[in-house]
Amino acid sequence: MKMNPKNNSRPSRRHFLRRLGAVAAGLTLLPREGWSAEEKKLNFYNWDTYIGETTLDDFRNDSGIAVSMDLFADNDELFAKLKEGNPGYDVIVPTNDFVERMIRANMLFKLDHSKIPNFKNIDKAFRDAAFDPKRAYSMPYMWGTIGIGYRKSKVSKVPDSWSTLFASSEYSGRIAVLNSPSETVPVAMKYLGHSLNTTDPAVVKAVEDLMIKQKKHIKVFAEDNGQDLLLSGEVDLTMEYNGDIIQVQEEDDDIAYIVPKEGTLLWEDCLCIPKGAPHPENAHAFMNYLLDGDAGALIADFIQYATPNSVAKAKLGDEYRNNPAIFPTDDVLGRSESSKYRGEAMQRLFDEAWTRISAA
Amino acid sequence: MDYWRKSPKVFWSFGIPPTIWLFALFLAPLFLVWGLSFGEKQGIIEVAITGTLENYSRAVQPLYLQIFLKSFWYAGLTTFFCLVISFPIALAITSASERWKPILLLLVILPFWTNLLIRTYALIAVLRTNGYLNDLLELIWLSADSGLRILGLGDWNLFGERFHRFELLYNNFAVVYGLVYVHLPFMVLPLYAALDRMDRSYIEASLDLGAGQWRTFRSVIVPLALPGIISGVIITFIPALGSYLTPDLLGGTDSQMIANVIERQFKSANDWPFGAALSFLLMYLTFFALAVRALLTRHNEKGLA
Repeated sequence: MKMNPKNNSRPSRRHFLRRLGAVAAGLTLLPREGWSAEEKKLNFYNWDTYIGETTLDDFRNDSGIAVSMDLFADNDELFAKLKEGNPGYDVIVPTNDFVERMIRANMLFKLDHSKIPNFKNIDKAFRDAAFDPKRAYSMPYMWGTIGIGYRKSKVSKVPDSWSTLFASSEYSGRIAVLNSPSETVPVAMKYLGHSLNTTDPAVVKAVEDLMIKQKKHIKVFAEDNGQDLLLSGEVDLTMEYNGDIIQVQEEDDDIAYIVPKEGTLLWEDCLCIPKGAPHPENAHAFMNYLLDGDAGALIADFIQYATPNSVAKAKLGDEYRNNPAIFPTDDVLGRSESSKYRGEAMQRLFDEAWTRISAA
Repeated sequence: MDYWRKSPKVFWSFGIPPTIWLFALFLAPLFLVWGLSFGEKQGIIEVAITGTLENYSRAVQPLYLQIFLKSFWYAGLTTFFCLVISFPIALAITSASERWKPILLLLVILPFWTNLLIRTYALIAVLRTNGYLNDLLELIWLSADSGLRILGLGDWNLFGERFHRFELLYNNFAVVYGLVYVHLPFMVLPLYAALDRMDRSYIEASLDLGAGQWRTFRSVIVPLALPGIISGVIITFIPALGSYLTPDLLGGTDSQMIANVIERQFKSANDWPFGAALSFLLMYLTFFALAVRALLTRHNEKGLA
């Protein structure tokens, strides 16, 4: 008989909980020594609304391991938290460019693939990655795009170009753009016709000029809460992650999502074990569980992000599999790129450009 | 005053815990950050303390000084509005009956029971275009308009054809509004403390001797409340100067304050030494402002003597 775990209702004020979670994460966890027979515990550091409704309870019923989950709001927070030593996390969920950065900084534990047999469920395209050759340090969890979420009844035509956000006055004061140099600057580079991994300072400068010129038409540099601004009618167009928009689409079907024709930034969130993890054995077991076909299907169905797990995907309905907001067409994919780790000097250029944009 | 000599055990047992607290949780971390501000990044996570002044010379570039200036301006505006709003509130509480005083004070402190973040989100719900304030204003507009219609003036559209919702959020007004809202209790409490101690007979004497209300306020109440005003100004101004949540959540594209830049150094820019230098520059500037203030007060006192 299957135990029926408590049904958590989905929080509708995600960004708010995100920040609260971040505050709480700062108050918990001390490192403990690992020993061969690990205690049945696991500390999971995850994004908010980024796991199935019952996944953690199901895993405990399955393995006896109790998972305590803390939430972070962005990769920078995750990185800053782990940079001075792991405060006790076993599994973390960094995005691809941060996986690369953390591998270079020697912050990740090399995975034992023999303990993750479910890796075979992963689509071939994701079994190797430029940022982590042979998947030595990371397992793919979810992937997606950054695009434009918009209110259908308030736009004259489908905003199929980044120029709608970055170089047009048509929707003056109705636009939100992510307040994040490491997402917005690369996407703007893409709009200007460059690779989003360009390391040419002149291109960064061009992005800076573009944004300063466009600023008067942008209402807010949003803290990853663009979907809420869209939902509450504060803006009509927002640059956001696809999953965030899909989640509010369920509350309001006047909202749509599109990846502009210039292409976009592809991201992939990965499961990793940080160095100093107190329960590495449990961490492998947990990762293996998340890559399971059934568990993966439950997660993907709940959070509505694209799963790299082909077994899980096959178990889900057409509505999920054929949703272009979740799985972009090959055409769109062909014009998009994923972010590489750019190096610390580039990071500084990005930040200085963003400071000047915000100060202008 | 010789109490600690007579019973040293009591003195030390009461004195040591706060001292340890101060050193371990305040001065030591502060010292670490200070050291970091003379460091250089080496690779992704390592920082070498080399004694370099590069971070400081970067921090005094016009770009950052301009943001410092803007932060001082916002904090100054916030302090000014807090003072203007708090003075009557504090006066009203002092003149309330003994039964009401604790209740009124409780009402002033009550917001502190809620987390700043939650209060800020509540403010968003109130101020946003489809928020409660605009709903209320629309309701008033609708009833005023239908009132006109009843009077037969409906066709003239005296209040405009339809209600235009105000865009109250995501601009500099929202930032100062949010800062004033958050810092108001910091100003009310010291003002109340100063005003409550004041001897009422001075006011009576002033009024009896022919000074008007305004003159009494200016030459009697304000000078007597001056210590409260000064401490209120200081404890409002300094936290307002370092705010980052409020400009982050309520501000528009040009509401960046210096604390937002500092936050980014510790997060996305991953440049802790530069962030440390900016933090200390902010601290030095604050000390400098306080020192100038103290000098001026002393100067004034001499001038009066």
